[in-house]
Amino acid sequence: MSSETKQILTTDGIPLEISLKKAERKNKIRAFLLVAPLLLFLIITYIFPIGEMFTRSIDDKMITNMLPKTFKSMETWDGKELPSEEVFASFLSDFKILVEKKEHGKLAQRLNKEKNGFNTITKKLFRQVKRNKIDETQSIKEQIMKVHKRWRNVEYWQAIKRTAPPYTSAKYLKAMDMYLNEDNKITQVSEDRRIHRILWLRTVEVAFFVTVFCFLMGYPIAHLLATLPMKYSNLLMICVLLPFWTSLLVRTASWMILLQQQGVVNDFFVLIGLVSDDNRPEMMYNKVGTYVAMTQILLPFMVLPLYSVMKTISPSLMRAGKSLGGTPFVAFWKVYFPLTIPGIGAGCLLVFILAIGYYITPALVGGASGTLISNQIAYHMKTTLDWSFASAMGLMLLGGVLVIYWLYNKLVGVDNIKLG
Amino acid sequence: MALPKYTETRYRIWHYFYIAICTFVFIFLIAPLFVIFPLSFNAEEFLVFSEGMKNLDPDAFSLRWYKDMVYGTKNPWGLAAKNSFIIAIFATLGSVILGTVAALGLSSRHMPFKGIIMATLISPMIVPLIISGVAIFFFMAKAGLAATHTGIVLAHIILGTPFVVITVTATLSGFDHSVTRAAASLGSNPVNTFMKVTLPLILPGVISGGLFAFVTSFDEVVVVLFLAGLENTTIPIQMWTGLREQLSPTILAVATCLIVLSTLILISAELLRRRSERLRGINR
Repeated sequence: MSSETKQILTTDGIPLEISLKKAERKNKIRAFLLVAPLLLFLIITYIFPIGEMFTRSIDDKMITNMLPKTFKSMETWDGKELPSEEVFASFLSDFKILVEKKEHGKLAQRLNKEKNGFNTITKKLFRQVKRNKIDETQSIKEQIMKVHKRWRNVEYWQAIKRTAPPYTSAKYLKAMDMYLNEDNKITQVSEDRRIHRILWLRTVEVAFFVTVFCFLMGYPIAHLLATLPMKYSNLLMICVLLPFWTSLLVRTASWMILLQQQGVVNDFFVLIGLVSDDNRPEMMYNKVGTYVAMTQILLPFMVLPLYSVMKTISPSLMRAGKSLGGTPFVAFWKVYFPLTIPGIGAGCLLVFILAIGYYITPALVGGASGTLISNQIAYHMKTTLDWSFASAMGLMLLGGVLVIYWLYNKLVGVDNIKLG
Repeated sequence: MALPKYTETRYRIWHYFYIAICTFVFIFLIAPLFVIFPLSFNAEEFLVFSEGMKNLDPDAFSLRWYKDMVYGTKNPWGLAAKNSFIIAIFATLGSVILGTVAALGLSSRHMPFKGIIMATLISPMIVPLIISGVAIFFFMAKAGLAATHTGIVLAHIILGTPFVVITVTATLSGFDHSVTRAAASLGSNPVNTFMKVTLPLILPGVISGGLFAFVTSFDEVVVVLFLAGLENTTIPIQMWTGLREQLSPTILAVATCLIVLSTLILISAELLRRRSERLRGINR
């Protein structure tokens, strides 16, 4: 018997299999169309711009657009001795255009980042150009070299050339306090200028310890909330949920009041005789403030997932453990604790990821030692306008977060994230 | 949690130690919010409890800073509050509509590529805010929407939808799809079915997602810092500037108002959660 004779047909005479597939496809398309508006919206306004951060971070077109002729003429320069008259001439003509557009300051700033000392010599050159002191019929090379002795130094021209390639890893290297030197080798910046590495380490350190503190404080109260009778635990739950719903800035403000030198916490310490009145410790504008405030602010994110997991653990399990001869500690450690691991994972992941991108609280209560990598990103976005550097650091941070997220997914599974 | 009589001493000690730790943590969580209340009624300009306040002298308390908040010429709190509410309301509406519709699609069992699409939709919640801020700023700057209300509303829709998607899919997970099939078999079209059958059942989830979106927008400062011009100042921005420059008691008056607001939100969220659990038949 051939398979065709066995085929079941619908009333329209279409084979059932095909008809079902058609219906299935229709359902698939319908489901997808419901998701499509949000998906499209997010892809355009959010996912693409994150991709754009990547192109920005490796793209140094800013300077290429400023000095187009210079880079063109530099292509033939070997970079060992001072460049030729032609390079000097095209540099001057590029520079004149920038002066007209009033963008020479930007150029000086950008070049100064590549090599210190450009600020002064660009200003000097600017004054000469402004006063029309440079005679274009004479040798331009000679005249520029007379403006300042650094223009005679080949290192400065090498620095200009280094900024030329349109794609560069410089921003990523800079975020790790490294740079490409004259021979294209990765070198570390001098020790006193290694600020970014300190910031990365501090960010990880703060996020790690805040997570640990949140866990140590969150676990007992989540356990209490999950084991108390409903009428008490509902009341205590308010203590967790009210801070959760309260504005971040309000909570930060209250910590600023509590922790100041004449603040309530210090008053209390004086009252119980822990410190003398004229020797009140500084608790704000340092790491203590950052840790205390961030722990309180992120604690609900630890308690809520832990609570929702602990709520599902039957109390009879602990009783069974004890009745089988375990002491309460053993029963807890061998029975209860392993069952709470998904909650611990979700809580720690949430707190760590929130803490690693933290910005507002450290900036307000942390002082100079509370600056984290996010503050640096915001600083470059808003103040120095070095958007490609900010993008590079942002993507490095994002990479870190994704790795943590992936690890978490491997170890615990993502489906455990719950919102209260 | 009374201990049984036969408890050994060391476990008894441990138990009291545990209760002490929990008490400390609860105080640690809630106490900071209560410092703000009395200080916002301070008659003086300092942010410490004056002698008069400690002795409960009525002259030490005043509504001075609340008046300053409302009538003060230097403080654009009025404009900030107006902006905050407008932005939050529109952002909530946008998030709720987009998020609910997407959640309906996501919880269909026919949905293709569910995992990756879900991950994309909730990504704004996972990516650190500062990075979202940078990315959204790049988009808004290109689209010419920087320093406009529209731009900030769109940004907050991005940040708020994950909460709606998560809460509504959670509500839909306990949803009995036979009721929609019943409606369809009785001749109702899909839109009608959604409005008359599905929506009333998932409404608690939708509203609680909306509350999350509202709070996210109302409290958001990182992205707004990148996007806002002087015209678009919001309450969080104003507080941020105030806290950075000088901690004035007016900020505490504003903060007190915000705590009252968040208490109201907390109460409605709790009521909704209970109603939703009842509707879904979860009895604890």
